[in-house]
Amino acid sequence: MERGDTTMEEKKKRMAIIASKGTLDMAYPPLILASTAGAMDVEVTIFFTLYGVDIVNKKKYASLQVAPIANPAMPSPIPMPNIIGMLPGMTAMGTSMMKGMIKKINWPTIPELVKTCLDLDVKMIACTPTLEMTGVKKEDLVDGVILAGAAEFLDFALDANISLFI
Amino acid sequence: MEATKTLDCKGLNCPMPVVKTKKALSEMKPGEILKMEATDRGSKSDITAFANRTGNELLEVKEEGGTFIFFLKKK
Repeated sequence: MERGDTTMEEKKKRMAIIASKGTLDMAYPPLILASTAGAMDVEVTIFFTLYGVDIVNKKKYASLQVAPIANPAMPSPIPMPNIIGMLPGMTAMGTSMMKGMIKKINWPTIPELVKTCLDLDVKMIACTPTLEMTGVKKEDLVDGVILAGAAEFLDFALDANISLFI
Repeated sequence: MEATKTLDCKGLNCPMPVVKTKKALSEMKPGEILKMEATDRGSKSDITAFANRTGNELLEVKEEGGTFIFFLKKK
């Protein structure tokens, strides 16, 4: 069977992602994979749970942060011990540095990438217990994000070719 | 090669060349040819994979001074 021929079109490939982290660096991988897969005619569902819900929270998704503390991979303008990351202002500084690097390579922002995914028919689910726990309302979420629990995600993931927990 | 449409993805990085290529192709008719230019060093592999998976035919890839030029035929 040839790749991409009509036989394969009948049953699309599927990718299921759980996005559980709400930091700037961890928001990109699920969205990049989802948008690329969407462009490659793969059916994608992202289940946003715990801090991952921030990625589709309109009040938060433009201001996700990255923490230098306990993150030795974070590039530093000058060599310094990682514990410095605990000082006030270091998270803001690290975030601003990372945003600079993101801009330099012309990467889309998180809100832009969320929209790109939705335009490519990526299905986005926000975890209902997380919303209950954090008091986030449906209106706070990006339009197009649906509310559901684990069973809805599993129903899709059980037939997925790729399943990722990020 | 004669292209129906040209798409400039120079300066953009993964995933944007693939995403924009997909969008451009979706606005074209079957058999039409898209010329896409990109500087992302991963784009040669990425666009090849994209073409294989989506059934849009990659007719030609060439490199000119750090720019990859792709010709894709819309499925």
